[in-house]
Amino acid sequence: MSTSPPLIGGPYLKQSPSVSHIMLVVMLALTPATLYGLFQFGWPAVNLFAVTIVSAMAAEAVWLKMAGQPIKPALSDGSAFLTGWLLVLTLPPWAPWWIGALGSVIAIWLGKQVFGGLGQNLFNPAMVARVVLLISFPVQMTAFIAPHPLAGPATIDFMEGIAITFGYGTAHVDTLSSASVLGHLKTEIGRGTAWSEAFADTFNMRGFVFGAVPGSLGETSAPLLLLGGLLLWGARIITWHIPLAMLGSIAVLAALFNAIDPLIYPSALVHILSGATLLGAFFIATDLVTSPVSPLGKVVFGVGCGVLVYVIRTWAGYPEGVAFAVLIMNAATPLIDRYLKPRVYGRTRRGQPLAYKEPSK
Amino acid sequence: MKLFRIRGGVHPEGRKRLSEDKPIEDLPLPELLHVPLQQHIGAPAVVIVKKGDLVKKGQVIATAQGHISAPVHAPSSGQIVGLGRYTAPHPSGLPGRTLTIRTDGKDQWAALPPPLDPFTASPEEIAKRVSDSGIVGMGGATFPSAVKLNLGARFDLHTLIINGAECEPYLTCDDRLMREHSADVIAGVRIMARALKVERAIIAIEANKPDAIRRLRHAAQNDDVVTVVEVPTRYPMGSEKHLTQTLLGKETPARGLTADIGVVVHNAATAFAVFEAVTLGKPLVSRIVTVSGEAITRPCNLRVPIGTPVAKLIEHAGDVKVEPERLLLGGPMMGQPLSDLKVPVVKGTNGVLALAGLEASAMAHRTSCIRCASCVDACPCGLVPLDMAAAIRKEEMEIATKSGLMDCVGCGSCAYVCPSNIPLVQYFNYAKGRITYLQRAEHKQKETKRLADLRNERLERLAQAKREAMAKRKAEQARKKAEKAAQEQQQEIASA
Repeated sequence: MSTSPPLIGGPYLKQSPSVSHIMLVVMLALTPATLYGLFQFGWPAVNLFAVTIVSAMAAEAVWLKMAGQPIKPALSDGSAFLTGWLLVLTLPPWAPWWIGALGSVIAIWLGKQVFGGLGQNLFNPAMVARVVLLISFPVQMTAFIAPHPLAGPATIDFMEGIAITFGYGTAHVDTLSSASVLGHLKTEIGRGTAWSEAFADTFNMRGFVFGAVPGSLGETSAPLLLLGGLLLWGARIITWHIPLAMLGSIAVLAALFNAIDPLIYPSALVHILSGATLLGAFFIATDLVTSPVSPLGKVVFGVGCGVLVYVIRTWAGYPEGVAFAVLIMNAATPLIDRYLKPRVYGRTRRGQPLAYKEPSK
Repeated sequence: MKLFRIRGGVHPEGRKRLSEDKPIEDLPLPELLHVPLQQHIGAPAVVIVKKGDLVKKGQVIATAQGHISAPVHAPSSGQIVGLGRYTAPHPSGLPGRTLTIRTDGKDQWAALPPPLDPFTASPEEIAKRVSDSGIVGMGGATFPSAVKLNLGARFDLHTLIINGAECEPYLTCDDRLMREHSADVIAGVRIMARALKVERAIIAIEANKPDAIRRLRHAAQNDDVVTVVEVPTRYPMGSEKHLTQTLLGKETPARGLTADIGVVVHNAATAFAVFEAVTLGKPLVSRIVTVSGEAITRPCNLRVPIGTPVAKLIEHAGDVKVEPERLLLGGPMMGQPLSDLKVPVVKGTNGVLALAGLEASAMAHRTSCIRCASCVDACPCGLVPLDMAAAIRKEEMEIATKSGLMDCVGCGSCAYVCPSNIPLVQYFNYAKGRITYLQRAEHKQKETKRLADLRNERLERLAQAKREAMAKRKAEQARKKAEKAAQEQQQEIASA
């Protein structure tokens, strides 16, 4: 008996899940909030979901084909699927099909593949696509609608759904559209209304907490997003650092300004539960590829995201700022990684060997 | 005892059940023993026998050379039949200088040095005996133990730590030794503590070996020097710096020794070898080896004469029942692939593993790094393996060094957790070798330049001296000429 094993370094045991396993867990964690969103916004949302994900896979395949790279392994790792999924969750649920398709192409091509594919991109692909869409097509990207649950009086039947997503037929989104929570508050505060009045006039608290409000497809249900986030944390895909730092800094800033002037600064709860805060904190800012690697770096990144989100929502032109905040902090990630490395064993933070009082003889 | 948390680490499945309840058996004496001269860190031993000589068990066949080295003893009685090159236990499978002994089957001991009294022997006597017995670190590092027992001369030591962690999966040789020879191990620890002149010795054992802990505690009852401490089961607990930190809460300074913080760490099997050498006069001629892995028919723990080919061990374990996917010397985390089954067991061989099924198959599919930072969280040394690997891929060795490559202990925790199956340890080993090479090349270049400069200077000095001598001679001649001319002039004047 003799074997000559290939000469590779150990270890010869493996614990870990593969990359596609990680992607699967993330998808699983997204599922509750997604199903709720699809149910809440009906057939148009289902159509948009399908179009966006199929386009993401197609965009990936086309790029790989053009680049002469093998298609199957890259498609089967699930990363393109997940990018499309994350993107569609941040879109207005009744957006036309081409918003989803174009967004997927932007996410996969400009967000990921131009940098060299999986793991090489500097920016979160889904957020790149969302920001490009928001700036290029502000009308379609802000046409939110009130919930039309699949089972309910206001439901939209399948054919109507097709008509809405693919842009023909009777139902017209414009007539149904309303502002998202943050958009509504921003407008009303701008008019001089106290935020709490504006809020109470339009939304009820229970619907707001559970997600029965106008908003992006997958961003409205706080409890289900929290559940997904805890699942990711429990499966050790993400650590607590980024979500906690991001949510914490938003909450602290919101509480602080709310205490200064309760009329024009919405409370911390509104900031945490509205817009893309929870989806962003658990699923977007924590994107493995584009966030820092050291625990301290993650905290800095999370705080940066949180502060930027609050600043943009409160003082900038857009009612929502998660996408911008995450992209700006993505750009800072290489810098954070460079300066906030973990302390090396036996060395000080500055890299000098530790010195002890007892000297050797 | 209060323990301290260390950073990072992983929890590989122990798989020690395969062999942990198999008592140590004596491997039948093989016909041929191939005893390498380099079984330790340092200079290889120098042969003092020749082909055809008859040797007895325990007789010195090669002596230590220099300060950091260890002698080699005949593992059994017989005749020296060869002195040449033989496949070494190294992944390259390259040959190393090896003595081959044909055993006579009598296994007859040579006259052994008289036993020392462990209670009265001086530290110097103990260290000398340990050195003469060829004892090296038996956890696999194979650093000559006597050198470490002499550290008391250079450092203020206060604690001896005995590493019984055995954190590598599968391996049970130290476990068995501690269970079956508890009293002897404790005696060895006391002797070492005496040699080091320390007041305190701590035997650290991972929680997955409750029987060893119980037995050693029992053997160390009423002992005012030795304490037995249970440490958490977590790889790499057996790394000496991390074990020291777990027990004492102190980090060893980078590039330093644990002795810098007053601690010396020895392996449990080394303590047993020291006991045998000091109280029985027996040199290190055999060791306990775990033969395990899913492909092995009958996993076992064997007492093996040094120099026995690995094939004999596997044969004794009932051969393999399925084709092993990987054959290893040592544990699965830091062990090395076995290049050939004829390689001999050496002083540092703690396991022979034949892995099959799940454990070896996972590394097949490599994908790109997704910066998941699992490696950062797993690294017990606080490094960023993914950045180091990226730098090494680009051959940017300087950046890799700056990121702390030389602080890497090579434990493999990063590669163990990597979801992309990136062979990180392979990268780091490559880079360490490459950096050593570059440093050597740079040193050589500097040295060449220095010597060339010196030579030029010397030549210049010679030339200068020559020129000066020439100038002097010329001046002399000119002066003589002038004198002569002056004389002639005077004569002319006089004659005129």
